[in-house]
Amino acid sequence: MIRSELIQKIADENPHLYQRDVERIVSTIFDSITGAMADGNRVELRGFGAFSVKKRDPRIGRNPRTGESVQVEEKHVPFFKTGKLLRDRLNGN
Amino acid sequence: MPDKTLTRMDLAEAVHEEVGLSRNESAELVESVLQHISDALVSGDSVKISSFGTFSIREKSERIGRNPKTGEEVPIHPRRVLSFRSSHLMKDRVAEGNKR
Repeated sequence: MIRSELIQKIADENPHLYQRDVERIVSTIFDSITGAMADGNRVELRGFGAFSVKKRDPRIGRNPRTGESVQVEEKHVPFFKTGKLLRDRLNGN
Repeated sequence: MPDKTLTRMDLAEAVHEEVGLSRNESAELVESVLQHISDALVSGDSVKISSFGTFSIREKSERIGRNPKTGEEVPIHPRRVLSFRSSHLMKDRVAEGNKR
């Protein structure tokens, strides 16, 4: 399923909404999650999962082509942990 | 202001403010989006949201695990796990926003 198919399903269930409003609703939801993580916050959606930010320490990396050592700075990466209910549903419980 | 936890309510509030629907209906729409994503995944489909990320299902085969307390060997049955791969846009925004 891709974004446009998700929008279509929501639009079909809500005939009183304009398609462009459904697009804004879906974008707002995903943008809010990304925005929260960009602010260093986490988003906990019980039963579905939780989005959080993990810190990666600085390290000495290596250029795989030349073998040369390079300093890799500390950085923050997005992380998702599946919620219990969804994990159980995936396995037919 | 880091280390705040947002919930469904905050997402519903954002929809309410952005689109002007009632808080109640906004909350129902948030729930419905999560439900459609979950249903697609449970049916074995992956879910690709452009500029956000991709949720996909990985099949894990059976392996022998060990009860760390007793040392006893136990089979871990084959199972399905969900993995999320964030888009470059999300990675960049999260890296940039958390930079000091």
